[in-house]
Amino acid sequence: MTDRRDVSIRVPVLARVEGEGALELDIAGGEIRELKLRIFEPPRLFEKLLEGRSYTEVPDIVARICGICPVAYQMSAVQALESLFGVEVTPWVRDMRRAMYCGEWIESHALHIHLLAAPDYLGLDDALAMAAQHGEILRRGLRLQGLGNELIKLFGGRSVHPVGVRVGGFHHAPDVQAVRQLAARLRAALPEADALLAWTASLALPEDDQPFLSVALRHSAEYPMYAGRIASSAGHDLGAEAYEQQFRESQVPHSTALYSHLDGAPYLVGPLARLNLNADRLPATIRDTLPFALPSRNLFHSIVARAAEIRLALEEAATLLERYGLPDAPAVPLVPRAGIGFGATEAPRGLLWHRYETDSAGTITRARIVPPTSQNQARIEADLRNSLNAFGLDRMDDELRLRAETVIRNYDPCISCATHFLRLEVRRS
Amino acid sequence: MRPRVAVHKFSSCDGCQLAFLNLGETLFEVAQLVDFVHFAEAGPVDDDAQVDIAFVEGSVSTSAEVERIRRVRDNSRFLVSIGACATAGGIQALRNLHTTKAWVAGLYAKPEYISTLDRVTPIAAHVKVDLELWGCPVSGRQILLALRALLSGVVPAAEEEKVCLECKRGQTVCVMVTRGIPCMGPVTRTGCGAICPAFGRDCYACYGPAENPNPQAQATRLAGLGLTPAQIAARFHFINNAAPVFLEAGLRAQRASLARET
Repeated sequence: MTDRRDVSIRVPVLARVEGEGALELDIAGGEIRELKLRIFEPPRLFEKLLEGRSYTEVPDIVARICGICPVAYQMSAVQALESLFGVEVTPWVRDMRRAMYCGEWIESHALHIHLLAAPDYLGLDDALAMAAQHGEILRRGLRLQGLGNELIKLFGGRSVHPVGVRVGGFHHAPDVQAVRQLAARLRAALPEADALLAWTASLALPEDDQPFLSVALRHSAEYPMYAGRIASSAGHDLGAEAYEQQFRESQVPHSTALYSHLDGAPYLVGPLARLNLNADRLPATIRDTLPFALPSRNLFHSIVARAAEIRLALEEAATLLERYGLPDAPAVPLVPRAGIGFGATEAPRGLLWHRYETDSAGTITRARIVPPTSQNQARIEADLRNSLNAFGLDRMDDELRLRAETVIRNYDPCISCATHFLRLEVRRS
Repeated sequence: MRPRVAVHKFSSCDGCQLAFLNLGETLFEVAQLVDFVHFAEAGPVDDDAQVDIAFVEGSVSTSAEVERIRRVRDNSRFLVSIGACATAGGIQALRNLHTTKAWVAGLYAKPEYISTLDRVTPIAAHVKVDLELWGCPVSGRQILLALRALLSGVVPAAEEEKVCLECKRGQTVCVMVTRGIPCMGPVTRTGCGAICPAFGRDCYACYGPAENPNPQAQATRLAGLGLTPAQIAARFHFINNAAPVFLEAGLRAQRASLARET
């Protein structure tokens, strides 16, 4: 095709993303005139339904924001409330929460790599097609996903909406024998995680080079997950309480998700942002396996970043569980008080920020939750413009559609949690 | 020809679909038994496909969803609602007890961009549902049992007994009797594995009302444990707040709370 077509592409339901969204793309005179990532996930108004509830109910409520990353919601929430009540949890609680959070990273990343993203890079429609041609790779991925789920289950009773975490610690300390058995299985799976990382590093990923701002937590000693200060590639170093001064959410007519900007600019959260800002916190064994230098300017490296984080989380969890002993108590006692508390952790998809206000009885009077997908939304639209221009707007609609979907899926958008996300529509007029 | 299956999503957290995606290798055995013709999160998209079995996750909270659930019903021989959102409205139905407009205005700078219904409703409020699988979230076991039974041409027996019975079978010591913890097990449907009491905490009724529950006696017991009427109302008005038995029990407690204040 040599003529400059005016094209309109509509992807009414984005496949292989969590939740519901669509993409509208209007191309006229060989240029993108309009590009809209539409999130029409119906709002469920969580921040309002939290009002009037006791702090004790918060971990069970916020889990329901997202079935894929309920642990992340619980971890940001309990830390916000613990800081509000002036409570410090024990090192045992902190270690076991980090082990549980590792489970969610492994489960969520393995799900995304194998069931959602990999078919894009293998030229397949979906994971069901992958089963026939890449059966062993897929089975390995599902085993890792299963191990992540088991880890959540150990501390939470089940992997979706787990019930074990409370403000102050855990409801329950798992049996020593169950912990030992799982630790051994996690340790034994390390070669599988190594093989997964090597496999993602060997994938023919699209070339891509774009400037973007990375935002992720930084911790003095750890690869960031459970704790840290908010850092950016522009040099920000903020406590969770300072988030609202620098980051702004705004609303657009075409989406129920809010758009976030840092000092007026779109930014990236998630595994590649974490890797870019925390290369020095990666074990050398993992850093040396990466097929690219950090920081990376190729967003498609995200699939490798996820595999690196699976490897990291698997070993971290195995080590934490190998040191396990029964605590005196699985939670510390606390007395609620009135105040404002902030919590920020790294959900599998990126920074997850919470703020709560309580009265003296510990009843929630106000809540604000900023999920990773709404933070990435402006960045995804910017990326789509770059990527589709670089890909060539004169390509066939189906090719454009697939590339656009690949770009979007690469962010692992969790549309359910972006309460306040995709159908592709391309209009060439 | 293999039976055709769709997995639809309405207003929800995606957690019940995970009951499929967390099946591990079993998912691919299931994919040998049936054709997944619509399952957006897993890949296949064909919203209007004619199917033998439609699994529906989520509640109805927008006018577009009101229309879509009718199409799903028209296109499906057998419709199974899965999870607390689909069977009872889910936690987001709490807005029914408040003013949705005020909530939207409280959260969004431009509420006019948000189109949502004032009331959140379960699937059965809109169309005939052939089988309900309760729970927040439903488990892989529930899904597989239902699917296997339906493929054999029978409707599976509903699991409706109380969490208490699952605790007894699991030899879990009763947290309400021995420690005075305000557990919702006596009025709540089993199927979860009674994981909360096994962890030494209260059941919070995420599987919805059991068969023949006695919410009045439950409320009396909770009061005996020192809960205020407002706290008792909150126990019923939680994950399955819009299930009629829980809705009514919570409203009764709210009226008692108001009476106490005046």
